[in-house]
Amino acid sequence: MITSRNTAKAALWLILTFFSAASLWLLLEAEFLAITLILIYVGAVMVLFMFVIKMLDTDQSTLRAQFTRYLPLGIFVSIVVIVQMALVLNAGPFDLEVVGMPEKHGSSYSNITAIAEQLYTIYVYPFELAAILLLIAIIAAITLVHRNQINSKKQIISEQINVQAKDRMKFATINKDKVKESK
Amino acid sequence: MIALSDYLILSSIVFCIGLAGIFINRTNIIMILMCVELILAAVNTNFIAFSFYGSDLSGQIFVFFILTVAAAEVAIGLAILTLMYRNRGSIDIDVTNTLKG
Repeated sequence: MITSRNTAKAALWLILTFFSAASLWLLLEAEFLAITLILIYVGAVMVLFMFVIKMLDTDQSTLRAQFTRYLPLGIFVSIVVIVQMALVLNAGPFDLEVVGMPEKHGSSYSNITAIAEQLYTIYVYPFELAAILLLIAIIAAITLVHRNQINSKKQIISEQINVQAKDRMKFATINKDKVKESK
Repeated sequence: MIALSDYLILSSIVFCIGLAGIFINRTNIIMILMCVELILAAVNTNFIAFSFYGSDLSGQIFVFFILTVAAAEVAIGLAILTLMYRNRGSIDIDVTNTLKG
């Protein structure tokens, strides 16, 4: 995904990665989160990404120009991190003999029910905070992107206060002869 | 039988791919945002693996909150990106040096 030449193709590769992650989470008996990942990430977030990618005309040539410049640094940093993690994981504190396989739940076990029982009792305040956070995100996103419409009818308070009496009434001169002629 | 360490190794590899992606695609903000998503997916896999092998649901609930925050982050990030493109006509990070920091 990260070496893809086209940003839209990179987004598609990321969607594939999310599907694989969701299947792994299904193996780990996290059905609710796996479905949430597909619904929210693939269905909403990645569609938003594709929308922005296609809407903004990104010049690929200038973006690709510096690709090789940071390639050694990127590879170096990732190799360092991989070596660190390999040193920790190879020591074997998380092997099957140490941790062991937990008991599989029966067919009557519902992951959603189990999550809901915890979410609405112990974690109810964080849950409501998350709701407020999403509300703030909605307002912020709309405020940032929304552009004022020129022809929309809205109240201009300064004009209302500064209005003069002569602006209120307009005298029209009517030509009597023309009115009679039209009759 | 998949051991816990297998999940940890996989997610550390995915994490490193995301990290390398941020370094490689340094000028493209969209790619950086997507690499952050990749890193978050790796971290979430870690959380769920520990939650499964430790028989504790708290990890899954934490992943739920991470998903919420990540969705909000993406929405605001893409809004800023759209605004930046409208003001500057480019999403190149090297153009955004107005502050001369």
